[in-house]
Amino acid sequence: MSAFRTILFKDLRVELRTLQSLPAMALFAVTTFVIFRFGLDRTDLEGSLAAGVLLVTILFAALLAINRLFVAERDEGGFDAIRLAPIDPAQLFLAKVVALFIYLLALEVIALPVFAVFFGTEAGALPSVLAVLALVNLGLAATGVLVSTIGANSRARDLLTPLVLLPLIVPLMIAAAGAADPLLAAGGPSLSDAGKWMASLALYDLVFLLVGYAVYEFLLED
Amino acid sequence: MSLQVPSARALAIATVVALGAAFALVFFYAPNDADQGFIQKIFYVHVPIAICALIGFVLAAFHAVRHLRTGDAIHDVRSYVAIHMGVIFGTAALITGSIWARAAWGKWWVWEEPTLVSFLIVFLLYATYYPLRYAIADRERQARYASVFAVTAGVFVPLNFMAVRMAESLVHPRVFATADGGLPAEMLLTFLVALAGMALLFVTLMRFELAAKSTSSAISRLRRAVDNEAPIAPASRIAPVAPSEAGS
Repeated sequence: MSAFRTILFKDLRVELRTLQSLPAMALFAVTTFVIFRFGLDRTDLEGSLAAGVLLVTILFAALLAINRLFVAERDEGGFDAIRLAPIDPAQLFLAKVVALFIYLLALEVIALPVFAVFFGTEAGALPSVLAVLALVNLGLAATGVLVSTIGANSRARDLLTPLVLLPLIVPLMIAAAGAADPLLAAGGPSLSDAGKWMASLALYDLVFLLVGYAVYEFLLED
Repeated sequence: MSLQVPSARALAIATVVALGAAFALVFFYAPNDADQGFIQKIFYVHVPIAICALIGFVLAAFHAVRHLRTGDAIHDVRSYVAIHMGVIFGTAALITGSIWARAAWGKWWVWEEPTLVSFLIVFLLYATYYPLRYAIADRERQARYASVFAVTAGVFVPLNFMAVRMAESLVHPRVFATADGGLPAEMLLTFLVALAGMALLFVTLMRFELAAKSTSSAISRLRRAVDNEAPIAPASRIAPVAPSEAGS
């Protein structure tokens, strides 16, 4: 467990000191909201349209962090160091999942209020939307770490990660849109079907956390 | 090795016979559908192809697990070939599905049909198998990463079908959802023969591609062996040869 904590705190400390990913993600998200405002020619969003804009923006901002997740490991020989160290490779997987989860949560804490201000979302809906996004983060983190490790060890690098990740998270986005849609509905948040969608989000998270945990050692072998 | 050629031939013959029988049944035996008429007969091509493609993906995941467990490269080759055939059959399934949608519902693409949509998403994921695989230079790592992908994607398939089905309100008339229960006996028989024919085609093509793969790897092995011996002749022509070496 100490390897897990060491890697996690290393990642968080690096991010806090260099601020490489988070400000870029937040700026990207806010700019994307502005583009959607003109692309859709709408100043107010509700229901499925609001859910779609929010989720797509979060997803593409997340891709920035996922692409950068293993840059240090790749460039500075971190993968070799992990291979040499007498630790379970799954510790690296879990530490990176938690780190990515924290980045995404931090992004949403910034982006969600901006979204609400821009598009006239009721403040009362935000906590429940954030709960949905937390489940989305977990699934994104599990699949993202897996695919990012593959991407970092390939020649195509930045190209491969989004290419493989996007189809992989379609079910996650389906469930997230289903859960967020009634929460952002025009007449105030409603909880219709929320349980069903939250359960399928949790199922997706669980399945891909288990898959990642099980197969991760094969990505580090050499 | 010598056994593989006749059995591949036998498979090919069986495939031709089964598919021929299937098409004969489709055209001369199975009744026209009461609602859709003749066009419904694409069902006997489309559904078996789609089933074979999905089974190919499951097969790929199975071989990928075996590859990761044993490290034996042959399982990786099998996993690759299964995905390759699955993607080819998947393309055919999407095209035939689109034709059927156009004929039955007047549109080339119908988002209300969850099976077709799920199939598209699965197809898009497996289409990234090639760029992933060929972006990794190291042979062993390439095989391992491809297997990790095949396992992950294999788990993804049922989850995806579930999520897409949940997203549809199921208001669309699902005439063919009850393929086993509601189908008349003649249609069921035709469908099963067509399914057997497609499955045989899938297995035969896999067999041929595996044979081609093992042959081409044998050829490149031989070529490497020849190349390793060959440099002696040109080198001796260019470089001055020490008398003792020239003698030996």
